[in-house]
Amino acid sequence: MIGIVDYRAGNLTSVARALESLNEPCIITNDSRLLDDASHIIFPGVGAAGAAMANLRESGLDGHLKKWVQNGKPVLGICLGTQVIFESSEEDDTPCLGIVPGVVKRFPADLREGEEKLKIPHMGWNRVAFRKDHPVFAGIPGDAEFYFVHSYYPAPADETWAAGWTDYGIRFCSAVARRNLVAVQFHMEKSGRPGLTLLANFCRWGGIDAQ
Amino acid sequence: MLSKRIIPCLDVRDGRLTKGIKFKENVDIGDPVEAARAYYEQGADEIVFYDITASAEGRAIMLDVVKRVAETIFIPFSVGGGIRTVDDMRQVILAGAEKVSVNSEAVKNPGVIKDGARAFGSQCIVLGMDVKKVLASREIPSGYEMVIHGGRTFTGLDALRWAKEAERLGAGEICLNSIDADGTLDGYELDLTALISSHVGIPVIASGGAGKPEHLLDVLTLGKADAALIASMVHYRTHTIAEIKSFLHERGVKTRMLW
Repeated sequence: MIGIVDYRAGNLTSVARALESLNEPCIITNDSRLLDDASHIIFPGVGAAGAAMANLRESGLDGHLKKWVQNGKPVLGICLGTQVIFESSEEDDTPCLGIVPGVVKRFPADLREGEEKLKIPHMGWNRVAFRKDHPVFAGIPGDAEFYFVHSYYPAPADETWAAGWTDYGIRFCSAVARRNLVAVQFHMEKSGRPGLTLLANFCRWGGIDAQ
Repeated sequence: MLSKRIIPCLDVRDGRLTKGIKFKENVDIGDPVEAARAYYEQGADEIVFYDITASAEGRAIMLDVVKRVAETIFIPFSVGGGIRTVDDMRQVILAGAEKVSVNSEAVKNPGVIKDGARAFGSQCIVLGMDVKKVLASREIPSGYEMVIHGGRTFTGLDALRWAKEAERLGAGEICLNSIDADGTLDGYELDLTALISSHVGIPVIASGGAGKPEHLLDVLTLGKADAALIASMVHYRTHTIAEIKSFLHERGVKTRMLW
């Protein structure tokens, strides 16, 4: 059973529906005991970092998330879920969970690609250069694209955490991985077949990093 | 670098497509869920549903359509038409849509953009704009006026001014429909699209006038659009999404070629 952490951060049902299409049983809950029993944890989210952290603290799920990452359960962060596992976010100057060393930064206002001024949010389909040796990122062609919607991006302090890179005016870290943790900035559940492949890989993964 | 998005638009009334969509062997189908699945499999980057139902019963049917679409396709989709309040938005989002679009309702009550963005985030809120070319005047300095009720009512509101105001209020994207070009199959309104797109910091989806792949090439380059809405040209199978994407790709426009 896959546990989806419910901390009132946007529509979590899209992740559940993607899992259902893969015939993976899942539960959306804020009950840490049910999540303790889950084989895998998915930590999604859409919205603002400040409100998300407030909800996590109030529900006590912040401590449980750190525990699941420490005790070896496979954990997958998606979008806002990925951002709040860093030490802090420039969005509302929010102190975050500190599971991954580094900060979440706002895209610079004058982002450009050649002559073209780029828009913020970074909204739409873009490529990810994944670390090739990770079981969750296996079988993804280099020209596969993933759906992004965000104005802030993760910047790990230690680049050995980075497992995927994306270009949008700057080159930013769009996936991190270490031991039993994988976290991505894009929406796996809304990225067509390549996204579903990643999700299926995660569900089959025992949490052992290739590194 | 982001790919330019190709977005089929489906008009729905009482839970059925208003115009049949031709599929394999030119079979006409009217089920929006089946049509969404087919376009998902053919490489659509996103799908737009426009609910032209007026009645409360029809709205309830639409929510069921949204739920079934969400179980069937794994790309973003938006729903517009008749969304007046944050509660209307919540129902559609809970049913499984990523985005909601507001059009006439937002012109009458701009606060709905701000309230929606606060409740669900700007990435959820699309401003639909129906625009007509007029003589530039003091009231309409851009020469493009906002119209509502499907183009029947002039509002006295300048389209460029409204686009900027909606961005300030928290709209995350603009779907820009030219009433003059709509249905002509003669190409998008490039001047209008370039004008709006270069004056806002949020993505602009061009709508109205697509008849052949060259029109998409023009609006995604000269028109500075971030995405292009298509309807008849794929509904009637004069073109496929894959064919349009290959055409753009060969001409240096980045599109998502693997799905």
